[in-house]
Amino acid sequence: MTINTLAEEGLRREQMACFRKMEKVIVAMQDPDMGMKMRNQRLLITVIPHAMTGQDIITWLIQKYHIYEEEALHLGEMLVRYGYIYPLKEPRCLVLRPDESPYRFQTPYFWTSTRWPASELDYAIYLAKKNIRKQGELMEYEKERYSLLHKRINHTWDFVVMQAREQLRASKQRRKADRIVLECQEQAYWLINRPPPGVQNMLDWGLERPNNLSARIPLNSDYYKSEIETSRRALGRNRVKSSVCLEGAPVPTRLRVERWSFSFMELLTDAMGRREFMTYLEKEFSAENLHFWQACEEIKHGESSKIVEKVEDVYKNFLAPGAARWVNIDSKTMDKTLEGIKRPHRFVLDDAQMHIYFLMKKDSYPRYLKSDLYKNMLAKAVVPQETKKSVFPFMRRQRHSSPSPAQASAQAAEEDGRAGTNSAAGSQL
Amino acid sequence: MRSPPIPEMATQEVQLNETLAHLKTESDTLKTKLEEERAKLHDVELHQVAEKVEALGQFVMKTRRTLKGHGNKVLCMDWCKDKRRIVSSSQDGKVIVWDAFTTNKEHAVTMPCTWVMACAYAPSGCAVACGGLDNKCSVYPLSLDKNENLAAKKKSVAMHTNYLSACCFTNSDMQILTSSGDGTCALWDVESGQLLQSFHGHAADVLCLDLAPSETANTFVSGGCDKKANVWDMRSGQCIQSFETHESDINSVRYYPSGDAFASGSDDATCRLYDLRADREVAIYSKESIIFGVSSVDFSLSGRLLFGGYNDYTINVWDVLKGTRVSILFGHENRVSTLRVSPDGTAFCTGSWDHTLRIWA
Repeated sequence: MTINTLAEEGLRREQMACFRKMEKVIVAMQDPDMGMKMRNQRLLITVIPHAMTGQDIITWLIQKYHIYEEEALHLGEMLVRYGYIYPLKEPRCLVLRPDESPYRFQTPYFWTSTRWPASELDYAIYLAKKNIRKQGELMEYEKERYSLLHKRINHTWDFVVMQAREQLRASKQRRKADRIVLECQEQAYWLINRPPPGVQNMLDWGLERPNNLSARIPLNSDYYKSEIETSRRALGRNRVKSSVCLEGAPVPTRLRVERWSFSFMELLTDAMGRREFMTYLEKEFSAENLHFWQACEEIKHGESSKIVEKVEDVYKNFLAPGAARWVNIDSKTMDKTLEGIKRPHRFVLDDAQMHIYFLMKKDSYPRYLKSDLYKNMLAKAVVPQETKKSVFPFMRRQRHSSPSPAQASAQAAEEDGRAGTNSAAGSQL
Repeated sequence: MRSPPIPEMATQEVQLNETLAHLKTESDTLKTKLEEERAKLHDVELHQVAEKVEALGQFVMKTRRTLKGHGNKVLCMDWCKDKRRIVSSSQDGKVIVWDAFTTNKEHAVTMPCTWVMACAYAPSGCAVACGGLDNKCSVYPLSLDKNENLAAKKKSVAMHTNYLSACCFTNSDMQILTSSGDGTCALWDVESGQLLQSFHGHAADVLCLDLAPSETANTFVSGGCDKKANVWDMRSGQCIQSFETHESDINSVRYYPSGDAFASGSDDATCRLYDLRADREVAIYSKESIIFGVSSVDFSLSGRLLFGGYNDYTINVWDVLKGTRVSILFGHENRVSTLRVSPDGTAFCTGSWDHTLRIWA
């Protein structure tokens, strides 16, 4: 197993994914309509075009992703540290400053993902250029690396120097502004791909994971046969509807159960509350009221095509003489309702429903709130741990040590030993 | 370089390839069918059900302790049942046991290998297990004698053919569950070092595992580089459920406190929730501004919150039911590689490539 921080062939999967996502952000930032407003930035006596300030970057990120300043600063900082944006002032310090400091987008030519992997040859040429351009411009660590490279790739050194001279000659023909920009871009690239000592290596991605996944487990016929077997078994599984397993999720919170006591409507609009109330009514043999109310709700809020059918059902179950779940409505309302049913529409049962609603509210609801069923629910209800901070041990600054579990078990072992000796001694008396 | 195949052998090889292609097609078809069956019963989204639930209040979490002492990237940590001790392991081969309240180091062991990616505290609190690039999982009884060399009493328990990615004691000190870069998980007897059961089914490195919370459950979940999260029956060795919705490697899996669901964290920068009774993914926790992978996830005690440690050095806290991001925490100066909530839920600990561990509350 090799520990490879710079893969020989191509970027690793996880690296590629992150670079691509960052590149999407960068492209969005440069969008002509929704991107950032860029302007000329003055650097000493030169004017650099297409630049933005640190604050501009942060503001754009806040607006684009609906995040706060701290997170925008952090995200922007990542873009700088991975080399997609570089600072014009203090270019050796790849940090995002939330102020008027000028920054520029790195050219895709110098994106780490484009030129992966950074080669020794290219680094040698870069250092050679710096060395030739101005004596003593190389930093101490760069001098060390330069001499190491000189030893290691000595056989191509003539080529290195020739390339360096050629590139310097070409750059002299550019405008000063362009030359400065190119030098900044190239410097930023190398700061990331060959970080100075003491600076975090952003390209350290830890242990290498296999790029070619089938290298680990041979995807042979045995493997697929086993997959087929697993899938077949899985198909035969009993599955539960989402609405059932997600709803009855945890024990309700105390606040939720308390809300049922605020008003009858609160209880009825909470599915769990309705279920609990139904259980109570069943004990009182008056559950038909709630069933009726629910059936009326379904007509009011349901499909038009089903109205006639549903009204028919409600009549048969709740309103007809001798109905299985007959509801007790006053005669005036009953007469009006039965008349209306002859020409059923969405709101034909409104009066009857209202009557039953007030009946439950006045009668069953207050008794429910006083019942053991409700009181037990309230007692069982949870107050989320997250809200009880003050008792958390790590909030206090206690510094006393406590006996290690290993010590407790060692002591127990000791005591067992002693007890054994004592009883032996005792039995002799 | 292969010489041109003899005609008969060529036919045989072609037949073999056809059979393999045929099997692969059959496997893929069944998987598609499985997804269709799962989708049929998905009649409501979790966040819809959660509309009735009260929103969480604002709460602030800060670093309360910083544990310094590792000389390189911290890769893994685990809590002791006593709710204050912690074991952590690092790239430089060191395994340290800390008292997180006082920040004192109580034990230290140097492993014979680097990249100790897995460590676990025994339920009794009297031993720790760890392993990594040595392909093994070893158990060290914790001695109180400061002069005693812990390495002397070391017991080699598990043996894989590639790196050890995670380890976990079952309900006692007697058995250990391991996952490995060799694509398998295994259950071992600590005393004898015997392999009790092995679990095959992942197509690539297995990176993480978690044991079901109930003592009667006898199942565990694992996640790997093949983007699959598998639920296993510990007795039979069979894979009972498999989920393949992530777009990249799954770095961390953790059961929901009730045991009816589990969460996963992946290099695709999302965390996901899978309900075991519904047999499907029921929530995705992601945000456009979150670009870097999740290395480690854990639930709060009630299961209402999901904490995720990310490769961009941050911790994102998610409302499990509503699917929204509640908070983002800064502090580490390099990747967060490991995250565990304390046994009593009053704090959580993170380990990072910045060489430190932090306790948050």
